[in-house]
Amino acid sequence: MNALVKSWRRGDPMVWFTGSALGICILMIVGLVLVILTNGLSFFWPKALTQLTLKDGSVLMGELASSEPIPNPGHPDHLQKQRLLVRVGNRDVYGFDFKWVPEGDIAKQERPRDAYFVERREYGPLLGTPVRVKQGDKILAEGAAAVELALPGLIARAAEDRSAIERIEKHEIGDINYEIERLRLESRALDLAASRGQDVAEKRADVERATAAQKALFQTKTDELAQLTERVAGTWVAFVTADGQEKELRSLDIYRSYAANQLTLLGRLSVYGGRLWAFFIEGPRESNTEGGIFPAIFGTVMMVIIMSIIVVPLGVLAALYLREYAKQGLLVRIVRIAVNNLAGVPSIVFGVFGLGFFVYTVGGTIDALFFPEALPTPTFGTGGILWAALTLALLTVPVVIVSSEEALAAVPRSMREASLAMGATKFQTILRVVLPAAAPGILTGLILAMARGAGEVAPLMLTGVVKLAPELPVDGFFPFFHFDRKFMHLGFHIYDVGFQSPNVEAAKPMVYTTTIFLLLIVVLLNLTAIVVRNRLREKYKTGAF
Amino acid sequence: MSQGTTKAPPDSGLRIRTEVKAAVAPAADKGEPDITIDAVNLSYGDNHVLHDITMAIDDRRVTAFIGPSGCGKSTLLRCLNRMNDLIDNVRITGKITVKGLDINAATTDVIEVRRRIGMVFQKSNPFPKSIYENVVYGLRIAGINDKATLDEACERSLKGAALWEEVKDRLDESGLGLSGGQMQRLCIARAIAVEPEVILMDEPCSALDPIATLKIEELIYGLKDKYTIVIVTHNLQQAARVSDKTAFFWLGRLVEYSPTADMFTKPGDKLTEDYITGRFG
Ligand SMILES: Nc1ncnc2c1ncn2[C@@H]1O[C@H](COP(=O)(O)OP(=O)(O)OP(=O)(O)O)[C@@H](O)[C@H]1O
Ligand SMILES: [Mg+2]
Repeated sequence: MNALVKSWRRGDPMVWFTGSALGICILMIVGLVLVILTNGLSFFWPKALTQLTLKDGSVLMGELASSEPIPNPGHPDHLQKQRLLVRVGNRDVYGFDFKWVPEGDIAKQERPRDAYFVERREYGPLLGTPVRVKQGDKILAEGAAAVELALPGLIARAAEDRSAIERIEKHEIGDINYEIERLRLESRALDLAASRGQDVAEKRADVERATAAQKALFQTKTDELAQLTERVAGTWVAFVTADGQEKELRSLDIYRSYAANQLTLLGRLSVYGGRLWAFFIEGPRESNTEGGIFPAIFGTVMMVIIMSIIVVPLGVLAALYLREYAKQGLLVRIVRIAVNNLAGVPSIVFGVFGLGFFVYTVGGTIDALFFPEALPTPTFGTGGILWAALTLALLTVPVVIVSSEEALAAVPRSMREASLAMGATKFQTILRVVLPAAAPGILTGLILAMARGAGEVAPLMLTGVVKLAPELPVDGFFPFFHFDRKFMHLGFHIYDVGFQSPNVEAAKPMVYTTTIFLLLIVVLLNLTAIVVRNRLREKYKTGAF
Repeated sequence: MSQGTTKAPPDSGLRIRTEVKAAVAPAADKGEPDITIDAVNLSYGDNHVLHDITMAIDDRRVTAFIGPSGCGKSTLLRCLNRMNDLIDNVRITGKITVKGLDINAATTDVIEVRRRIGMVFQKSNPFPKSIYENVVYGLRIAGINDKATLDEACERSLKGAALWEEVKDRLDESGLGLSGGQMQRLCIARAIAVEPEVILMDEPCSALDPIATLKIEELIYGLKDKYTIVIVTHNLQQAARVSDKTAFFWLGRLVEYSPTADMFTKPGDKLTEDYITGRFG
């Protein structure tokens, strides 16, 4: 009894109490990260292909994705039997990607040596055994072994051909389209000028000549493209599915293929690495369920950087005024409370504000003033990366203000007095002493703001994020940074893939993988800021006595 | 400490000093009144802190302010370079002139006043910058950015503050990485880098050990060749050692002001005698 009382007085229960609270937090976070990591990282691992012969004689082949007890409420066998989820692929043949198979129905399980997993342009993966390679009507290889030998070369060629086609489509024809669009706008501008009574005949002739030249160029390029496509599209590879259907595939459409049951560990690792890398550097295909997420990564990073460039000066200046110049009184107190509460406003409200104010009002005005020739097509009067970044800046500015204010308040009075006593003005003191001393604290604010901004999705959906952006916001056309463009974002990509996708089972692992990339980016951005902050701290480290 | 290190080279950047001097009355002779304080009253809100202080501080001499805690020594000292401007609710009457310049006059530029009257605080307060940048801070804010001038001023001031030998190899390191005594000397170097006419020191040794204190005292002794120094101290031995004249304050009044030797041997006032003999707190 006495010992218990003593222990209570010493505060032992408090130690346990606080300790367990921390423990629970850590457990939840670690659990969440583990779930994301295991689900996301296993996505690219090439699994074995299993061929199942069912008792009714039908055959199917695929990756074993998962298994679960069969629910049958009210019956004694409720949750007694297992069923397997098999990723059978061949959506174009079967109409589905995944199939549940009750374990009891399986007569035979085997792993055919020649079973191939083929990643292709559309319809998800093709699972089957290769039978022949054809060019036109000529057969180049017959039988699994021969095709296997030919496949690596075909796939490498296909990759080259695809990039040749893409070069013409995206770059050359894209450039021409861009030029034609520019000329169209120019001619619209001439119309506007003419309606004001200016003489534009000479310029119009120039524009028309240029347009005609571009259109001719466009024709040659499209012809060239058609020829190229025709030439490279003639090679076909035929596969047989497990149930005996034959499927021919243009070699041009094959992205990757491997004999899943022959892979060594090294082979698996190389497939894994290749897929991971492709996921990182490629754009999405097939309404985001295939391909990579590079545009989303790019958009996220760029938006966070633009947001930081906007939010830091804004927040720091506001904090400086509040802390250094404003007369501390009721009004300042109210402003401060308002700023703190701003952080609690639901982010969708910021999105609505961004749409109404930035996009329609500011953007609409910019369009009317600077891009009248493009109207009614909006340039800035529609969602874009700049408006999204501004909206997020607004959302995160309270964080920066609060931490900047704290950092400014933490600069000792004696340091300011030292500067003022040297004959410095208040402005010089702030610029040369107070701000450098507060810089680490301000950066802490930026770190928090970035973490919040990078993970925010709702306001972006209203102010510029799209499911699929045809172009990155940075490219080779003047002025190189296109702040008016719509962009892709990892957060929105997660939502889109996970909940808007036609093929949920296939998309689920991608949600986790995309989440990993989003987490990685947040961590990387934060690490950068933390390194900078520690440099500053080291530089101005507070002294030993 | 050797006198050699405290004497500045004759050609050393006296430019600022001469410029400033040219604008006002010629320097008083050594020992002549440099600062005059005439009927100064000060209150913080309703708290009347300084009562009718009148005194004259001599040129290029060390004057010590002593007195019990809370008697207004720091407040008076801060009046001399208008640091009290920074506090709300202060009311000052009376007149303070430094070399003939009325520092509280409406036409007087407070920046100018503070540039001519340097200050060293009780707690050393280097900037979170390199040692070098700390020393040349006053020059930089005055718009001097010429590397040669700054280098020269840095070396001269650090030598003047007897710190050069200890830091000459690490001028780029943070000023906050020094020891307490070194930091205080750095602050002195910073103050003398702009060649002020007066240096105010508010208990500059109160946070230092006896050895560091001794160093600073020697420094003060050397500096008075060039600067008028006013020092606030609670250490009566220190006042006796470094100062030429001592002012004793009590409850916001100047009780006695006389040459240090006289005050400590034959105090003219009963209060002074009680204080310096330690008969009241
Ligand atoms: N910023 C201020 N606002 C209001 N009152 C102040 C302020 N600074 C000082 N005082 C008051 O003025 C009086 C004199 O203070 P001052 O700091 O000049 O004393 P001091 O003689 O320097 O004392 P110490 O030896 O303890 O430093 C004290 O009563 C103090 O409470
Ligand atoms: Mg004091």
